[in-house]
Amino acid sequence: MTHPHNDAHWADLDAKPRLSRLEAAWVIARRDFVAVLFSRAFLFFLVGPLFPVLVGGLAGSIGSQVTKETSVVEVGLAMSAQDNAAMMDARDQLAPHLRGAVPSLREVPEAAGNADFDARAYMEARRGNYAAIVTGTPAAPEVIGTDRQARRWQGPVEIIAANVTATAPLTIPNATRQTVASSAASERSNRIRTAQAAQMVMFLLTMLLAGMVLSNLAEEKGNKIIEILAAAIPMDSVFMGKLFAMLGVSFVGIAVWGTLGWGFWTIAEQGVVTVTQTDFRNLPGPAVGWPIFITLGIAYFSMAYLLLGSLFLTIGAMANTVREVQTLSMPVTMLQLMVFFLAAATLTDAGSNLEILAVLFPLSSPFAMLARAALEETMWIHAAALVWQAVWVALLVKGGSMLFRKRVMKSGGAGHDKKKRRWGWARKMDQSGLGRAPEPAE
Amino acid sequence: MSNSSASVGDEGLTLTPPDPRPLAIEARGLVKSFDGTRAVDGVDISVPEGAIYGILGPNGAGKTTSLRMLLGIIDPDEGVRRVFGHDRPHDIGRLIGYLPEERGLYPAMKSIEAIAFMGALRGLPLAEGRKRGLELLERHDLLNAADRTIRQLSKGMAQTVQLLGTLVHRPRLVVLDEPFSGLDAINQGKLEAMIRSLADEGVTVIFSTHVIHHAERLCEGVAIIAGGKVPYAGSVEAARDRIPAQVRLETRMREGDWTKALPKDTRREGDFFFFPLPEAGVEPLLRQLIEGEAGILSLSIERAGLHDAFVSIAGEAAARQLELDAAGGKA
Repeated sequence: MTHPHNDAHWADLDAKPRLSRLEAAWVIARRDFVAVLFSRAFLFFLVGPLFPVLVGGLAGSIGSQVTKETSVVEVGLAMSAQDNAAMMDARDQLAPHLRGAVPSLREVPEAAGNADFDARAYMEARRGNYAAIVTGTPAAPEVIGTDRQARRWQGPVEIIAANVTATAPLTIPNATRQTVASSAASERSNRIRTAQAAQMVMFLLTMLLAGMVLSNLAEEKGNKIIEILAAAIPMDSVFMGKLFAMLGVSFVGIAVWGTLGWGFWTIAEQGVVTVTQTDFRNLPGPAVGWPIFITLGIAYFSMAYLLLGSLFLTIGAMANTVREVQTLSMPVTMLQLMVFFLAAATLTDAGSNLEILAVLFPLSSPFAMLARAALEETMWIHAAALVWQAVWVALLVKGGSMLFRKRVMKSGGAGHDKKKRRWGWARKMDQSGLGRAPEPAE
Repeated sequence: MSNSSASVGDEGLTLTPPDPRPLAIEARGLVKSFDGTRAVDGVDISVPEGAIYGILGPNGAGKTTSLRMLLGIIDPDEGVRRVFGHDRPHDIGRLIGYLPEERGLYPAMKSIEAIAFMGALRGLPLAEGRKRGLELLERHDLLNAADRTIRQLSKGMAQTVQLLGTLVHRPRLVVLDEPFSGLDAINQGKLEAMIRSLADEGVTVIFSTHVIHHAERLCEGVAIIAGGKVPYAGSVEAARDRIPAQVRLETRMREGDWTKALPKDTRREGDFFFFPLPEAGVEPLLRQLIEGEAGILSLSIERAGLHDAFVSIAGEAAARQLELDAAGGKA
């Protein structure tokens, strides 16, 4: 005897007896997104990359200071006191015009008033802290140092000495400057720099974020939840849902890092420029313009993430233990690097066979196409590339889920009426006896 | 599609009245091998709608694999299955509720969220799932566990939460794999009541077990499975009827001419005689016993139980294994 509320409810179920694949993927994605986002592990994940950045920044700053201090090159003077003074005056006169091209000059104290001073022996004894020592007279200076240092400072010393020995004071005119924003040659090289930077950023983000997917099915497998998921919805919906959840989590991560980066930039813009040696405010513009480039960057990052992620999800799903997942991490990282190198190697070689291969090969395609967006203005090719990449995402997800069912869940290939669509199902039903009431027997 | 509920066994078919109900599940010739070993070897099952149906067999007999194939978790290597007329069970995912043998829930999830999530997997909106989840938890005296995470619950409570998650979307077919496993006697009783109440509401319930008593008390139909094969699938009544009723006789006199009236396959155990119920009934025998002055102290006719039927159908070895499984703490 059935209950009236069940009859109405079941009529509703009969009208729509299953979730669509997208609806099913959404259920998984929503659960995973919330679960990952509100886990303590995610907080550590967010903070994790900031430590290397912080340490790198500090190390860079300290290193820069140390380099600055150690790079003050001093050339010793071991001439007569009068010549030493004349050389230093001449150097001070030239320094504002030649900047780093002229070395700092300092009298060698051990040589002062010492007629027997042997500069060669002094240098070989590794005394003092001089790049080289100049002896002789301004008319005939002698530079003593290692071959490299002697060669390096020979020219500047000669110019300084020439200024000392010049009969008339040297007149140096002030040249006026006129700058142009770009030239054809520099625009191309600037765009290449933009393409390289964009590829690098995208690679770092995918490497950092796509790895999370490797262990994504571990919890379900470990807790046997996979049985419940597999019984309720198709496995490709499970895969798709998990991928999109992690993509969403990645965007949250990028948003957090981006906000922190922007905050850091506003506080310490000068420091960032000094440490990175890059003026981010005046980065050379990509061929398609910044707004489209950023939009394409988001689209290509999503595709790169989904492509690599679907592969990683499949690889991770095949693993039986967390240890196996960890073991897989290294070859997976190598794979990522190879894909990146393929795309990066073809950067300056648009239209070459190798570049076309990088564009067509699904895993390197987003990287190669992002570089194209920086270098070329053609837009239709991006639409085609995104469709191409999306098709591969679908294929990899389908393939991965089939492999998972076949290899991990040990699914067979029968169970449903394969000939139904082609031949009608009556023949199969007759063969299987399905739908036919058993013959009454005695 | 109607179902004639003739029972199929090694010793032929037993005629029972045709069952007018449509079939919820039907499977023919399901075969599944793992690494070259046949785990399931030609399973045929027919479960009418609204029935409580048991799959009975020892551990490793192929119960779980059969259920997984029926649900589409895995596809068989050979054979065909249909659930409510669909050969792809995912196509009617919203109509099915499934409790797997190895219980699985996200440990960090709150109970109410776990129930709602399981409902969402079957198409129930989350808000509705939470509402119904609270009702179900309240009905099972677990309302205080609603906001506790799964890892904070006892094993039994977590098991109940998962069962409620299996039912929250009000499925038409409920498949329970070893549902009594790990439950104490009180909770086993509650689960039996729940299964009966589901059947009263028209829900088809199919469960696997290695405890004969559960199947005997609850099921109208059983499939006995042993070594991956199904030697019997049909009604419990028909299974029991395969073995003639036993007559137990106690007399004051141990010897006498009247003993010649006893059937040839009578065996004596202490003060009792046991023999199969004669086709003509006990009346002619009674007459001879009275005339022979046997001094009848007691006479009873005992119908065979499902255990006897199981022994007869699946063999002594399978029955022994079944008893060992049940005694192994997995009741």
